[in-house]
Amino acid sequence: MGKSEIIIRLAGEGGEGVISAGDMFTAGAARLGYQVFTFRTYPSQIKGGPAWYQIRVSDKSVLSMGDGVDVLIAFNEEGYRDHIGELNKDGVLIYDPDTVTPDGKGHTSYPVPFNEISRKKLDFFRGKNLVVLGTMSALFGLDPGSLEGMVRSRLARRAELLTKNLESLDHGYNYARKNIEKSDPYYLAATEKISRVVMGGNEAVAAGALAAGCRFYGGYPITPATEIFLTLAAELPKVGGVCFQAEDEMAAIGSVIGASIGGSKAMTATSGPGLSLMTEFLGYATIAEVPCVIADVQRGGPATGLPTKNEQSDFFHAVYGGHGDAPRIVVAPGSVEDCIYQTINAFNLAERYQMPVLLLSDQSLSHRTETFLPPDLSHVRLEERLTANGAAGAEFARYKLTENGISPVTIPGRPGTYSSPGLEHDEKGAPTTASKWHIAMTDKRFRKLDLAAKEGAASPRYGVRNAEIGIIGWGGTEGAIREAVDRAVAKGYKVAALHPKMVHPLTKGEIEKFVSPLKKVIVPEINYQGQFAHYLRGTLGIDVVRLNKYDGLPFCPGDIFQKIEEVI
Amino acid sequence: MVETAALTLRDYRTDVKPIWCPGCGDFGVLSSTHKALVQLQLRPENVVIASGIGCSSRLPYFVKTYGIHGLHGRSLPLATGMKLARPDLTVLAYGGDGDMFSIGTGHTPHAARRNVDITAVCMDNQIYGLTKAQTSPTSVRGYKSKSTPYGSPDEPLNPVLLALASGASFVARAYSARAKELTDLLIKGIQHKGFAFIHVKSPCVEFINTYDMLDRLVEEMPVDHDPSDLQAAMNLAVTEEKVHVGVFYESERPVYEEVAHSWFKPTDFDADAFFRRF
Ligand SMILES: Cc1ncc(C[n+]2csc(CCOP(=O)(O)OP(=O)(O)O)c2C)c(N)n1
Ligand code: SF4
Ligand SMILES: [Mg+2]
Repeated sequence: MGKSEIIIRLAGEGGEGVISAGDMFTAGAARLGYQVFTFRTYPSQIKGGPAWYQIRVSDKSVLSMGDGVDVLIAFNEEGYRDHIGELNKDGVLIYDPDTVTPDGKGHTSYPVPFNEISRKKLDFFRGKNLVVLGTMSALFGLDPGSLEGMVRSRLARRAELLTKNLESLDHGYNYARKNIEKSDPYYLAATEKISRVVMGGNEAVAAGALAAGCRFYGGYPITPATEIFLTLAAELPKVGGVCFQAEDEMAAIGSVIGASIGGSKAMTATSGPGLSLMTEFLGYATIAEVPCVIADVQRGGPATGLPTKNEQSDFFHAVYGGHGDAPRIVVAPGSVEDCIYQTINAFNLAERYQMPVLLLSDQSLSHRTETFLPPDLSHVRLEERLTANGAAGAEFARYKLTENGISPVTIPGRPGTYSSPGLEHDEKGAPTTASKWHIAMTDKRFRKLDLAAKEGAASPRYGVRNAEIGIIGWGGTEGAIREAVDRAVAKGYKVAALHPKMVHPLTKGEIEKFVSPLKKVIVPEINYQGQFAHYLRGTLGIDVVRLNKYDGLPFCPGDIFQKIEEVI
Repeated sequence: MVETAALTLRDYRTDVKPIWCPGCGDFGVLSSTHKALVQLQLRPENVVIASGIGCSSRLPYFVKTYGIHGLHGRSLPLATGMKLARPDLTVLAYGGDGDMFSIGTGHTPHAARRNVDITAVCMDNQIYGLTKAQTSPTSVRGYKSKSTPYGSPDEPLNPVLLALASGASFVARAYSARAKELTDLLIKGIQHKGFAFIHVKSPCVEFINTYDMLDRLVEEMPVDHDPSDLQAAMNLAVTEEKVHVGVFYESERPVYEEVAHSWFKPTDFDADAFFRRF
């Protein structure tokens, strides 16, 4: 009996096939019905520099990248040295003896001459990733026939490459079969072939936007958010929308606000540096009450920081960034699939409360792959902003002081003109500096935020009912937290976790209820400052135990589990 | 809905009182805007005027159409988004020299080269009016203001030349004191299919009264000027002895939003089909 859950890490240099071999293994495994969770990291350059790709594959559900590494495939010496320390007890090293000289201590290892096979035997160095894939399939039980089918469909239109690629796959497979005497426990048992979606967080955000009715995107490329832009560039024109490549982030969000005033559901996506440039317009969307969605796929900061690494350090900026008393809503998806739902949620909130909504994703969430059953979006409720028809020839009182703060808006093309103001204004939108109007309008804008907090959906809760230790997390750490809670509960610890999706404003009552019976509350987040912990303390007066890391990588369940044991 | 009564000036005036100093050139731009809208008989709800921040950028509040009083320098992105989402509307963008040629300069050449069908009007008074008389990117070298008390060391920027070099498909200049001409140019700009740039000399009586100078220097286009000749337009734009008013350049090019809406016959989003591809 093999171990039917494997964490495989491919490590080497960017541009060497690390990423493509990982991608193909992932696609192949998913095709066969396995569930997959990947993580990738690569340098912020096109060629060279250390890259690695981790695949956790299982016949059961996987929610995080897992702990440690079961199988390390080292493409070069650096890949070996940097990662061998993370190999688990029964772990296996696979390496190319051409480029790696292992010190041979304490673990199973299989040399495979990937370079020699691809370069000398096949005279096709580009096929090295397929040689690796063939070897992996032989060693860990992925049906080679199915992998072949996948390669065929990928290269359907490149016949000249197909033969060589299939040959490479074959050679890798046969080499392992003939030359390696398998002495490790990892082998995927056959599983039921269920068709699952294999997707990354950025594509999922784009899917959510399309489903929510977004018909305008204005953007400027930035890692790790670009795929949202690229997916919508391909898809929006098909559904009557426009995807606009702006000259910078100010133009991107400006165009989004223009389109939204025109009646479109509109969004932009960026990362930290771009969010900084958009910040003045965020305030504009608040004062002019323009619905819009801004996805911030967080990366390491400040400035250019760590463009390709993971961090959750834009929470403060999302909630408080910019000048003035400027309410906005912030939502944070917890998994790839959740990116779909939280993006739809973001659009609904923007429409309902007529204010900017930030969607806080992160590098790990955006560039990981998860497998999930095809979502059924037919029952998802979509919201539209409250509109009105003005009287022909009359100006419309766009900013009526209503009880809940939400005022009906007219859409250009229909009677009831008004000017959308960046200045403080009266009910008609006309500029005024009178104290009474600034007070009335500030109150109105914050009434909407209060309402959003009151109407907020319940947050998912995991773990035992009578918990003594609680975890409050946010964003892409959800899976690792859940697995840590499962592990703790299995060990008999009384632990539960709450994972709010609308992270600002918070649904206060629910969180207080969760916290009140607890002895300790742990707040894990990937930043130095403990931004969410600060926020919880500041807004709800909750004292928490912080768990922070800022190494550019996501949490493993073990990191969180260890903290649970520490505070118990 | 059948509208029989013709629209008059009253249909475009709002109750908001302009904040401008008496004699400010911007009154001329406002009044010509009202007249152009009457002459074109554009329904107020089908027009959107976006602007930036500055004395000049207050204009949308005084015109009874839809308006967006935006951020300093950002009228063009707002107008672009509006027009791309709503090609059925007439979209204009107004701003000052600081707005379009200092803080917002990054947007101006891109709007021009993209050729989105919007009409951009730069109300150039060669100064920052609203912040009370600082040197602007169109102030002349040696100009003394509180921000350059010893004389500006900068060479001024040439808005018409920049618009031409950026690929604007319609470039004109007007003078706020010559109402008829300004109205006609606004009409032409709005009727032009594509990005129209109109540089309006609009004096600031409060801080730098250039009326006398402009009265002396403003001159109509030479009768033999061919507006399809880009080189000739550029030569005229760099002329320093005269301030030419009229159409410098006009050409026809594919319009961005028409291209962007032409690739597909739109259908509804099919989520199931989308997910099947992953
Ligand atoms: C981001 C930002 N920076 C600075 C200002 C201050 N400001 C307001 S208007 C203006 C200059 C206006 O000059 P111009 O665009 O030429 O318009 P005018 O008032 O001359 O019509 C400045 C610097 C601002 N509102 N926003
Ligand atoms: S300061 Fe100058 S530009 Fe501003 S309103 Fe007065 S005259 Fe006009
Ligand atoms: Mg000015």
